[in-house]
Amino acid sequence: MKAAGNILFCGVGGQGILLASEVTAYALLEEGLDAKKSEVHGMAQRGGSVVANLRFGAKVYSPLIDPGQADYVVAFEMMEAARYLPFMHPGTKVVVNTHTIAPPVVATGNAIYPDRLIDLIEANGIYVLPVNGFEIAKGVGEIRAANIALVGALSAYLPVAEETFVKVMKDKLPAKILDLNLKAFAAGRKAALA
Amino acid sequence: MARNNELWLSGNEAIALGAFEAGVKVASGYPGTPSTEILENLSKYEGVYTEWAPNEKVGIEVAIGSSFAGVRVLSTMKHVGMNVAADPLFTASYTGGRAGLVIINADDPEMHSSQNEQDNRNYAFAAKVPMLEPSDPAEAKEFVKLAFDISEEFDVPVIVRTTTRIAHVKGLVAEGEMLKSGVEPGIEKMPAKFVMLPGNARNRRKVIAERQQKLETFAETFAYNKIEMADVKIGIITSGISYLYVKEAFPEASVLKLGMVYPFPKLMISDFASKVDELFIVEELDPFIETHVKAMGIKCTGKEIVPAIGELNSFILKKAFQKESPALFSPEELPLRPPNMCAGCPHRGLFYSLKKLKVFVSGDIGCYTLGFLPPLSAMDSCVCMGASIGIAHGMEKALGLEAKGKVVAVLGDSTFFHSGLTGLVNVVYNKGCSTVVILDNRITGMTGHQHNPASGQTLMGEPTHSIDIKNLCHALGVKHVVEVNPHHLGETETALKEAIEFDGPSVVITKSPCVLLPEEKRRVKQPYTIDPKSCTGCKSCLRLGCPALNWVPVTEQQARELGFKEKQKGYTRISEMCNGCGQCAQLCKFEAITRAGEESA
Ligand code: SF4
Ligand code: SF4
Repeated sequence: MKAAGNILFCGVGGQGILLASEVTAYALLEEGLDAKKSEVHGMAQRGGSVVANLRFGAKVYSPLIDPGQADYVVAFEMMEAARYLPFMHPGTKVVVNTHTIAPPVVATGNAIYPDRLIDLIEANGIYVLPVNGFEIAKGVGEIRAANIALVGALSAYLPVAEETFVKVMKDKLPAKILDLNLKAFAAGRKAALA
Repeated sequence: MARNNELWLSGNEAIALGAFEAGVKVASGYPGTPSTEILENLSKYEGVYTEWAPNEKVGIEVAIGSSFAGVRVLSTMKHVGMNVAADPLFTASYTGGRAGLVIINADDPEMHSSQNEQDNRNYAFAAKVPMLEPSDPAEAKEFVKLAFDISEEFDVPVIVRTTTRIAHVKGLVAEGEMLKSGVEPGIEKMPAKFVMLPGNARNRRKVIAERQQKLETFAETFAYNKIEMADVKIGIITSGISYLYVKEAFPEASVLKLGMVYPFPKLMISDFASKVDELFIVEELDPFIETHVKAMGIKCTGKEIVPAIGELNSFILKKAFQKESPALFSPEELPLRPPNMCAGCPHRGLFYSLKKLKVFVSGDIGCYTLGFLPPLSAMDSCVCMGASIGIAHGMEKALGLEAKGKVVAVLGDSTFFHSGLTGLVNVVYNKGCSTVVILDNRITGMTGHQHNPASGQTLMGEPTHSIDIKNLCHALGVKHVVEVNPHHLGETETALKEAIEFDGPSVVITKSPCVLLPEEKRRVKQPYTIDPKSCTGCKSCLRLGCPALNWVPVTEQQARELGFKEKQKGYTRISEMCNGCGQCAQLCKFEAITRAGEESA
């Protein structure tokens, strides 16, 4: 596994993307890698399309992933996965939450939510792993844990030991929500390795 | 926390740490993306007094005062805030201070969360103060500490400029040693330096000219202005975040990195230029370095090929220099996903009512600016913090009776204290008749919930006096002031109509807390649901644009199965996002929307 790469997290403001990218970043740092993360605050966080860039390697300069350079994409919402297609390359691994959130034009009945979004990405020869983050999270008893389920799926592809992720979650997550997040992580990881 | 005892911090967290290590004792500023988290983080350090000022001008004035008193002080703001603060800044350049005074200015290229894109390096030049520009969080922390030393050594306020990609980037930062100001706190009278009457100011003007010379000499040996010689075919002068994009795109090139972007190390620049075959300037936004290099008579290429609009990245640079870049998958046509006010946001009720009244809505800066977007589409102008009232008044004075009742100014509580207050004073004084709506949700929403003069709590978490907006407006001489709950659509509409018809200035205060306040989030929600059997698919509720309301289209067959009328194309569903505000239920004529446990009437 190469110990350098670019991870793009995308989804809708309010889905817990920042925490997911944070846990992933700490796991990479724990493995002795350098990492930089860029995110945007403010207006977009109010339910808009949001993205976080995470780059890792022996030494990272730019905090931004260039178009065509995302090695991993973790999409918290299906349409947001397709939106970042120009950032993918043929070898990109895409973890997609099969959950959908209607944008305003769709929610108000003025447009239709596009179908076959996963096919559309796969048609370019890109590997896509659909994960039902919502179901996994419901299974562990907390729908907000969907973000960590997706991190679990992503973890299967990263040059990071599973124990490292577990250690980071123990260090970083409040005790109250630790157990269910560990379960969500394990379930997500299992989905990727199945 | 992370590897080698380094911390993994955002630029803003690193700046707070740098200020703490530099021995800052006082900090004042106004929230603004991407600068907000600096003071929020600094407020957690022991022994530092931090506050939210009502606006950036006050923030810098407080900073000047602390510096006069011999205490190291920080002031923070976003780029447009610097416009507000420019007045005291320009004269603080004359007075200097006693202890170090550092201003953090956060620019927002690409306008991720701003109304304009301005390059505030120009302020350093115009105010004749030095400016440092870090490339990442580690440098941000270092530069803040250096800025305090420079400020004291040269008796000048120093600006540290960040951009979104410094402020909101996380990277490894090492903790450093604690510094101390060489200045003793206390009151010292120094009228020739502190009283800027023309006679004194003329003397200080000369001092500035000398200081400028000294700073230019200092820039030549400043450790963070550095040349990295490699292949001499291409030489690039750059600074800040652009430096990192250059390192990604052209690892082979020679680079002069400016850690201090003003004033310039002229000898170093000429020296570098003479050593490379071709000289390029890579900088985001304005040709700031480029103009100065060209003015030195040095030939270089900059904005001829590097975009002057928006952010850069290494991909854009490779394209600009016609370096090969990989073929990309083309984007798909997808519905856009703009931001939206939260489910249950009180502002939504106000904008729904304003839209019905068909008035020109003179808007302002905050979450409520999103009232501009469809389906509400109820904001007709938005210029800068606090401008809504002045603009409404100007329209009314321009059009006279024709405008009566057709223009309404709308602004939030925090924005009102920032700079709307003086606009309202103007309306009252100059016999205007504007209607002003103050959206009082008890917090500064958009920047992530900071306290303000009406919210009853300080940045350091202490309870404080909460200024009563209603009494304040009365005291200013507004005769018609009413408070209304914007979740009650009928009452809100009536209150607006009465205010608009009132002969003279009028104020409507919509009072309801932001749904993201911690106490609101903790409140047990009583969500609403829609009974598909009663929903006729009229879409009335959808006109609110609440993100919890979703249209579900149905086929003819599904319509038959659901027992709908033949032509019914779908129905509305309420998602788990519902915060139970009840606005949509008031719009449904068919009583399809009810709260769990409550029967429709
Ligand atoms: S954060 Fe508060 S003020 Fe802003 S949109 Fe949400 S509810 Fe409204
Ligand atoms: S009650 Fe209606 S308008 Fe209010 S949050 Fe729920 S769905 Fe949205």
